[in-house]
Amino acid sequence: MILQVRDLRVTFRTEQGMVRAIDGVSFDVEEGEVLGLVGESGSGKTVTLLAVMGLITDPNCVITGSIKYRGRELVGLPSREMRKLRGREIAMIFQDPMTALTPVYTIGWQISEQILAHQKVSKRQAWTQAIDLLTEVGIPKPEEAVHRYPHQLSGGMRQRAVIAMALTCNPALLVADEPTTALDVTVQAQILDLLRSLQQKHGSSIIFITHDLGVMADLADRIMVMYAGRIVERSTNAGIFTEPRHPYTQALLDSIPPMEGARPNRLKTISGAPPSLLNLPQGCAFGPRCPYKFDACAAKPPLGAEAHATACFLESAQ
Amino acid sequence: MTYAVLQRLGQMIFVMVGISMLVFLIFFGTPGVDPAARIAGRNASPEVLQAVRISFGFDQPFYVQYLTMMKKIFVTGDLTSFVNRGWKVVPAVLDTVPVTLSLVIGAAILWIIFSLIIGVLAAAYRDTWVDKVLMIAGLIGISMPVYWLGEVMNLVTQSRFHDTWLFSWVPPLGYKNLMDDPKGWFLTLIIPWITLSILYIGLYGRVLRAAITEALQEDYIRTARAKGLSETRILLRHALRTSLIGFVTLFGLDFGALVGGSALLTEVVFGLQGVGKLTFDALQNLDLPVIMTTVLYASFFVVLANAVVDVVYIILDPRVRAP
Repeated sequence: MILQVRDLRVTFRTEQGMVRAIDGVSFDVEEGEVLGLVGESGSGKTVTLLAVMGLITDPNCVITGSIKYRGRELVGLPSREMRKLRGREIAMIFQDPMTALTPVYTIGWQISEQILAHQKVSKRQAWTQAIDLLTEVGIPKPEEAVHRYPHQLSGGMRQRAVIAMALTCNPALLVADEPTTALDVTVQAQILDLLRSLQQKHGSSIIFITHDLGVMADLADRIMVMYAGRIVERSTNAGIFTEPRHPYTQALLDSIPPMEGARPNRLKTISGAPPSLLNLPQGCAFGPRCPYKFDACAAKPPLGAEAHATACFLESAQ
Repeated sequence: MTYAVLQRLGQMIFVMVGISMLVFLIFFGTPGVDPAARIAGRNASPEVLQAVRISFGFDQPFYVQYLTMMKKIFVTGDLTSFVNRGWKVVPAVLDTVPVTLSLVIGAAILWIIFSLIIGVLAAAYRDTWVDKVLMIAGLIGISMPVYWLGEVMNLVTQSRFHDTWLFSWVPPLGYKNLMDDPKGWFLTLIIPWITLSILYIGLYGRVLRAAITEALQEDYIRTARAKGLSETRILLRHALRTSLIGFVTLFGLDFGALVGGSALLTEVVFGLQGVGKLTFDALQNLDLPVIMTTVLYASFFVVLANAVVDVVYIILDPRVRAP
């Protein structure tokens, strides 16, 4: 097991009161596994990943619970120690490659900067490594591309450069926050193929976030569905897509346009809006939007430990 | 990159020619005004007026007048002031340039160094007492009028505490030539440099802090953190580096304006015969040739400073370079 998260809670102090962005999230990531995180905006996916990376710098943020990387506790780890892990053991790929690179430095400079931060090599060696990495992520003419500035590359090429940067120290865990959202569809497919082949080659574990259930079905071994800062369902890829148990997961899958049969007049939507984190409903957060709501939902449903776990009382009631 | 630089410098020449025409038009093309009477000054005799008309070609077509004027300023350099009888204007302006340049360049070095230190420190320790103290100090610096600060400086260093060990080294007011007396040059200018730079240290420190704080919110800073870089490196190599672009813009404008005569108050307070002081005196007795020359000189310096800023941009920001 490479990562073990237990009862993670992330709370922000704001002027309107305490906002609990993550409310008791627990999950594991196995070696070489691709774990997908899906959920609406504001459901806490990104905050979960940032907490794992130790990248929440807001002084008004309180993180409790436990994040163990290969048995080593990351919550409360001194920043100097965390820095050694970041970029070397755990690397991150960001959503928007347009803004994720510093505009005033060349791609090669930025990649070798990371190499030099973690490895004892000369600048020349770092530069050669950067060219190799760019070759590996499929950038054409890497010897020229290292001298390019971010604005001189297309979105897809930039995301490849970001991925190359994440791969510099061959990290054991790769964290990807919607790596394809900002790209157009054909480029998306290329980047997904690249991620998959890199994952098979290096055997890194990947946690990735997406809104796109199609991408999720394509890439993930296991999937966690998040809603309002909690995991509502966790299962294998097949488990989620063939046998969704939580009403929210079911509703999400229903909102995908069908590939067969008559074209529906309107796509199904989930009525209502995600709750404000400032003012979460008592009990199940999905309760107000749930068609199956009943008495038991006044309490917070716990998430079981079984392979296909659901935070819903419906199942036990049946 | 070389092409972009040359292109920018070429544009500068065009702008300067345009400015010289515009300035000429404002002074000599204004309808209903006899430029000869302006040049000759108040209470000029008809003979002098006639001499001015011939000397400046006011009986000839407009473009000849313009070319005559430009020739007098840039080629022969024999533009003569009629208010200060027979005074050659161009050498007079050229004499004041080293004074102003010494004052402004020295102050600029001070204000760049200290505003960088203040801005970076305040951004590094933002929202702590360090930040607050520095920002309040900056605000005080901005709020002190330079003529008042200069007089206070003079009072302290020239009069009240001059006889103590602290300020006994301060020489009397006035400018000493750098070539003849480097030590005297340096010592006389220390107090004026500090006085002039305090406003800009406060201003630039605050601007830089704001720019760095904003840059620290950018996505690429998060990427830099995710790479496992140290906070110092992130601050200096990523946040500060991208913030310098705005800093340079501001610097170019202020530096150009100061060299062009905006350092007037400092020059007056410290008895420095600079460009600002010369313009001021010329304005007081309506010495048109001098005003014309200093206005041209000042605008040229602003244009030049802006061109230099653009060249620095090309170095700082790869996005500005030609693709």
